[in-house]
Amino acid sequence: MDKVIMIGIASIVAAALCMGVGALGPALAEGKAVAQALAAIAQQPDESATISRTLLIGLAMIESIAIYCFVIAIVLIFANPFWNYVISKPGG
Amino acid sequence: MHLTPDHIVFYRWGLFHLNATIVCTWALIVLLTTLSRVLTHHLAGPDRPRSRWQNAIEVIVQTIRDQIRALCPAGGDTYLPFIGSLFLFIASASLLEIVPGWHAPTASLSTTFALAISVGVAVPFFGVRSQGLAAYLKTYLKPTAIMLPFHLMSETSRNLALAIRLFGNIMSGAMIAGMLLALAPFFFPVPMQMLALLTGVIQAYVFAILAMVYIAAAVQRGQEG
Repeated sequence: MDKVIMIGIASIVAAALCMGVGALGPALAEGKAVAQALAAIAQQPDESATISRTLLIGLAMIESIAIYCFVIAIVLIFANPFWNYVISKPGG
Repeated sequence: MHLTPDHIVFYRWGLFHLNATIVCTWALIVLLTTLSRVLTHHLAGPDRPRSRWQNAIEVIVQTIRDQIRALCPAGGDTYLPFIGSLFLFIASASLLEIVPGWHAPTASLSTTFALAISVGVAVPFFGVRSQGLAAYLKTYLKPTAIMLPFHLMSETSRNLALAIRLFGNIMSGAMIAGMLLALAPFFFPVPMQMLALLTGVIQAYVFAILAMVYIAAAVQRGQEG
């Protein structure tokens, strides 16, 4: 197997793994955070403004982890430096 | 398909590339500035009837002010211009996505890093202004001097996260719409576009609120210790 195919396969598999595994943790965390916030709002409806603001900030923090994975996956697929290097060399 | 609006180049002049990011940023700056100039030109006092536009602007400004007050009650209106501009710029950049041919400048890493750097400058600026230079620098040495590299690291990484978060969210919205346009055109991109609009506003809110949280932390850190 030549280098181009190897790098292509590695990039695609790594991008898929990165997105799949990387979305797992933030998904669990976001579910837990929303569940806790809903329980808190159900107990204290008066505090819903503060709770939802804190919830949004927390969700954004959690989600940024998934976003990092997404950015890495996008770079691996669309702007892969290793792929560009191999392609640019004459004769592979 | 373009990953970021940086790749859409209108004009090349040596090293300088006039790309869609620059054009859209300047268009947005001109739009926001003229709008606010025109709308605040004849402001009615408390006893005269207000125009519709003045009511709309007052709602926006009052909401931003309330959100800032909730985080930093002592601050007053000190942070309103900075935080409000951040929010309005990012929100209108994403909301103008409904205009054909518009590329949100926040989908480019350069724009988001510029915004994050301005937050990174504003945090020490407001910190120094509220407590003085020596007292502010001393907060980096609390509780012990060993914590200095960790303080610096956390400040750098949170600004980095601010930039990457905004970039990733806005860029992914535009990208998903582009992919669906190629796979299943006509209907499916529409709900994803609506989701992208919602994400854009939420990210604008999150960016502004996080900037405010960082500033409030820098200002209040000195008052505690």
